[in-house]
Amino acid sequence: MNKHIKILGMAAFAGAFSATAMADSLTVVSWGGAYTASQKSAYHDPWTKKTGDTIVNVDKAQAGLAGLRAQVEAGNVTWDLVDMLPSEAQIACDEGLVDIINHDQDLAASPDGVAPSKDFIAGSLSECFVPQIVYSNIIAFNTTMFSGKQPSTMKDVFDLKGFPGKRSLQKKPINNLEWALMADGVPTDKVYEMLRTEEGVNRAFAKLDTIKDNVIWWEEGAQPPQLLADKEVAFASGYNGRIFNAQVNEKQPFQIIWDAQVFEIDGWVVPKGKMSKVKAYLSFATDTQRLADQAKYISYGPARVSSAALVSTHATTGIDMKPHMPTYGPNFKTALHKNDEFWADHLDELTERFNAWLAR
Amino acid sequence: MTGLAATSGNDLTTADGVPLKVSLSRAQRRNKIKAVLLVAPLFLFLLVAFILPIFDMLLRSIDSAEVVTHMPNTVRAISTWNGEGVPEEAVFAAAAQDLAAGSRARTIGKVASRLNYEIGGMRSLIMKTARKAKKLESGPYKAALIGMDKRWAKTDVWQLIKRESGSYTLSYYLAAVDHKYAADGSIEAKPENLQIYVNLFFRTMWMSGLITLLALLLGYPVAFLLATLPMRQSNLLMILVLLPFWTSLLVRTTTWIAILQSQGVLNDLAVWAGLITDENRLQLIYNKTGTVIAMTHILLPFMVLPLYSVMKTIPPTYMRAARSLGATGFTAFRRVYFPQTLSGIGAGSILVFILSIGYYITPALVGGQSGRFITNFVAYHMQQSLNWGLAAAIGSLLLATVIVFYLLYNRLVGVDNMKLG
Repeated sequence: MNKHIKILGMAAFAGAFSATAMADSLTVVSWGGAYTASQKSAYHDPWTKKTGDTIVNVDKAQAGLAGLRAQVEAGNVTWDLVDMLPSEAQIACDEGLVDIINHDQDLAASPDGVAPSKDFIAGSLSECFVPQIVYSNIIAFNTTMFSGKQPSTMKDVFDLKGFPGKRSLQKKPINNLEWALMADGVPTDKVYEMLRTEEGVNRAFAKLDTIKDNVIWWEEGAQPPQLLADKEVAFASGYNGRIFNAQVNEKQPFQIIWDAQVFEIDGWVVPKGKMSKVKAYLSFATDTQRLADQAKYISYGPARVSSAALVSTHATTGIDMKPHMPTYGPNFKTALHKNDEFWADHLDELTERFNAWLAR
Repeated sequence: MTGLAATSGNDLTTADGVPLKVSLSRAQRRNKIKAVLLVAPLFLFLLVAFILPIFDMLLRSIDSAEVVTHMPNTVRAISTWNGEGVPEEAVFAAAAQDLAAGSRARTIGKVASRLNYEIGGMRSLIMKTARKAKKLESGPYKAALIGMDKRWAKTDVWQLIKRESGSYTLSYYLAAVDHKYAADGSIEAKPENLQIYVNLFFRTMWMSGLITLLALLLGYPVAFLLATLPMRQSNLLMILVLLPFWTSLLVRTTTWIAILQSQGVLNDLAVWAGLITDENRLQLIYNKTGTVIAMTHILLPFMVLPLYSVMKTIPPTYMRAARSLGATGFTAFRRVYFPQTLSGIGAGSILVFILSIGYYITPALVGGQSGRFITNFVAYHMQQSLNWGLAAAIGSLLLATVIVFYLLYNRLVGVDNMKLG
């Protein structure tokens, strides 16, 4: 009996070893929460099924650039693929922390043969970056907090008299300064022009001053839906996918104000020296079908033109996803494209000013 | 014994004829080696995991090798420039060469990041020009660079490059105390709407002091009960003290959020009891109050445990003796008991104070905008802005402050009097 157990144990041991020797393990860094869950369903699980590779999710994208820089400096890169915003991806690329991507060679063409460089949304590709989704920063509100008229514009968010209650905004200058100007009547195409001047920045802070005492500042993407659900705040800024997740999967009475949405692109970078290891996965995870599949789980628009036609209904509830996409016509009318170059240049000084303003 | 008797006098030897002095020192040396070997693992660990990182941090706060490493020709050429107007052609030629080379090697981004800390907009200036400079084949470079971006004709851009061309800089420390270099190289205070760190330093200090005081006021009676109650009750009480201590910090902090928030347990109770109206719920969290309450609770065991261990050693007979000699309860406590607990108060206070200066998770979660500590900015610059030099400078100043407090404490109370158990 004992002998049998021993042999069985040894066989199992050997089996486990050979299994790990054959399949790879990929460490993928992303944003966590509903977003990582959508990536898992759309990319990771099909890939594991296809190849047997295990995929380890690390929710560290919030400090992705810091982590990359530390790992490359220490000469010990443990991440295989990192989800990043284009502004940070550009910095990582400039500093040589990530591999250069040859889009037409490394990625898959669309089913009808359009090369990746033509298939991804115009202007979204860059030297070291593969886009996945278009997402949007929006302000949402809890409909049960307002009995009469419901808010619908960015002006309403800054209107404490008409729509009383606390607001929750992200604790950084990005988006808030843009919103303040737009609520103050600046047209979308003049926002960044304005922010490049001292008067423009003053004007934005002056507008934020009007609601400052009623703001609770959030730092993690999971906080705003929570604060809204607890009725701790009436309005909260957030990523449209997280709010959608709360609306649909958790049946929360939230509504998104699409007016003055600030949209941008999110995608992958490959840490230095990891290209050969992740090439096959990267090509798979950014092909037309996979990007369209992700839109079944979260309301972020696919970054490939050829994926758009394949976007259908939500995986569990079966509702039509299209009206929930940031790029859907009526939602997109007053949308502002986040200016990465502006923020790469001025993030340091505006953050300093923002923090000083907060502490006052 | 016989050997000893035979050579009685000044030359003592052991049984086998070795002089006692030699034998003794040999044995002592063996003991010393043993002791060193026993200590060695801890010493090495401290060296690698503690002392070297601190040195590395101190170094990082003054290190500024980016410009000189990645733009060596420019640094050489600009050293003769007098700092007025715009440098001559040779400097522009060197810069164009360095920028092109840096862009090919993908190292120029480090220079761009470094210079952008000093003047916003330097990042795009450097990166854009570097990309274009690769295609530049011949001069005149001055006109070419200014043609690419007219900011190259500005004096302060070149003054910045010249100023940061050394291997070391003080600008991180200046930034950490809300100062900066003016264009002419003199030091000036930052404009008021950019000042932040000095105020935060003081706020961190006085809030830590307040937290220490509250922990002492709350912890002293608890420790007293623990030390004086019969074993069975005091054990139960001890578990009540230790249970939260063993609970995850994040759990304890988020519990406070659930209790204190304006739709939370405490406010609900107060509204239900009619103490406040529904519209005027108290804001107990996301401000200084939240930080003080949550941190006092979290750090309380660090006050209770040293106090308890000291109180445990005070014989109850002293108090009884004082009472029997006619002292009132309060006098006996003040003259006899309290002075004996001072060493515990000292140990607990310095522990709580130093720990609370270094805390950053709890203030980040419950502190809102007004209840944040300077440590939150160290974390911010480590993880978000990636300005590691500034993080290191703030960290070094914090370390210096803690050392000053420790020395002060040593002077006033004496570290030897500190009892941890």
